[in-house]
Amino acid sequence: MQNESLIRIDEVSFTYEGASSPALSHVSADIQPGEFVAVLGHNGSGKSTLAKLLNALYIPTEGTVAVCGYDTRKEELVWEIRRRAGMIFQNPDNQIVATLVKEDVAFGLENLGVPTEEMIPRIESALSAVRMSKYADSAPHQLSGGQKQRVAIAGILAMEPSVIIADEATAMLDPSGRKEVLDTIRMLNRKKGITVVWITHFMEEAAQADRVLVVTDGEVRLSGTPAEVFDNVDLMQEMHLDVPPMTALANALRQEGMPLPAGILTVEDLAKEVDQVLCPSKSGT
Amino acid sequence: MLNNVTLGQYYPVDSPIHRLDPRVKLVLTIAFIVSVFLVKDASFPISSFIGYALLLGFIILAARLSRVPFKLLLKGLKPLRLIILITFILNLFFTGGSVVWVEFWIIRITREAFLQALCYSLRLVFLVSGTSLLTLTTSPIALADGIELLLTPLKKLRFPAHELAMMMTIALRFIPTLLEETDKIMKAQMARGADFESGNLISRARSMVPLLVPLFVSAFRRAGDLAMAMESRCYHGGEGRTRLRVLKITRGDLLACGVVAVLIALIVVEGRFLPY
Repeated sequence: MQNESLIRIDEVSFTYEGASSPALSHVSADIQPGEFVAVLGHNGSGKSTLAKLLNALYIPTEGTVAVCGYDTRKEELVWEIRRRAGMIFQNPDNQIVATLVKEDVAFGLENLGVPTEEMIPRIESALSAVRMSKYADSAPHQLSGGQKQRVAIAGILAMEPSVIIADEATAMLDPSGRKEVLDTIRMLNRKKGITVVWITHFMEEAAQADRVLVVTDGEVRLSGTPAEVFDNVDLMQEMHLDVPPMTALANALRQEGMPLPAGILTVEDLAKEVDQVLCPSKSGT
Repeated sequence: MLNNVTLGQYYPVDSPIHRLDPRVKLVLTIAFIVSVFLVKDASFPISSFIGYALLLGFIILAARLSRVPFKLLLKGLKPLRLIILITFILNLFFTGGSVVWVEFWIIRITREAFLQALCYSLRLVFLVSGTSLLTLTTSPIALADGIELLLTPLKKLRFPAHELAMMMTIALRFIPTLLEETDKIMKAQMARGADFESGNLISRARSMVPLLVPLFVSAFRRAGDLAMAMESRCYHGGEGRTRLRVLKITRGDLLACGVVAVLIALIVVEGRFLPY
């Protein structure tokens, strides 16, 4: 009980059936309750495999994954794990089961055997948490991509999970839908204290997390706060990953001899630091 | 093409018939079909006439209560008009009888033949209008629900009632999605010069291949994704599952059962005691 980790990934390797090389090799990570962790990596890096290991959809070939202390290898615990670790997938259309929004939100509850009287308030509060109450009686095909993803989030939320795992939940959305979904998830993380594992290949999204894990070729290569991770500009570029433009600019300026500190992510950060370098007299005022 | 997809022929208004429990409606429709066959055939013309009059009265009553326009109900007969016509003609020409009305060359029409042709055609008309009244007043989802619950006792015989209903629900859910996708693929292929409209039947069928192949591939991919999403939301079959929509038998349902019971009783009784 000393271990507070919500998710413990311990020396995990995973090889797909028939594949010659492992999709993940010797990955270890701990995720604490209430954290917002981004897993950043490009296509084929193994990040989606990692997501599916967290919810017992896949079982590690080697090593262990424990969610809320439950080992995913134990078959009898599968439903306990899936109830606590809700998962949102990439394609908004392919994860909505029912023909009405409220019935889709009910789907997980029906599977858990929640009594009908208890379902209704849980559906209502889940839909209002993602601001979709208005659409309770709409058909899924009438909604935009972002709205569909919010319905998917509500479907998970109604099951009262400890952690939400979003496997590239924004990859198929337009920019406004992406913002809509990420804002919803961040709000749930802050206000309800739900742990989030946000799997993405968008650097901008990873920059908003508490912690970033960078996955390449089935290995976790970097881990830390966004500022710490993105400061490794050369390593990131070697892995074909973007860094925030201001971090890249600060890095270039530093190489040209400007004494800038590490950890610059935004325009404001850079403006402040450049200002301090150019007009040191103003600092401290 | 896509925003007004109506599934089935459901006519969405609120009426006492729409509010009936789908299970009750299904059972009553089956009872109605049975009652159509209980009506005596043309060898007892008077009894038969009274029987059909009762059925007609029942259909008119149900249609009025359901607020479904009569035109829609008749529209349901349209696809079957040819079959009804053929039934009528075949019976008219090939039934023997003693009271001859018309006779020349090989054609011979008798009174008995005419009445029998009428009888069989009416039987078809009532069968179709009774069942379309069910589909007009019950949404496909409610129907799937009703079928699942009615078939539940068969689960003991390993009949997959829940799985069947889940398949129907998912099919209904994905009809608009797949239609949208068909539209998209069609436009993409047309932009590359595909031609879906001209040519004879065979060349048009062949031009469907570049439409169907991507559609099937994507449908299978969707099925895989959906299965994974369902599993990750703890779906493990019908066992121990509760439902958001609970069906309850109300007084209206009992009343409807009573009306149909009276209809059947009347048909049976008049068939028995009016052997003309």
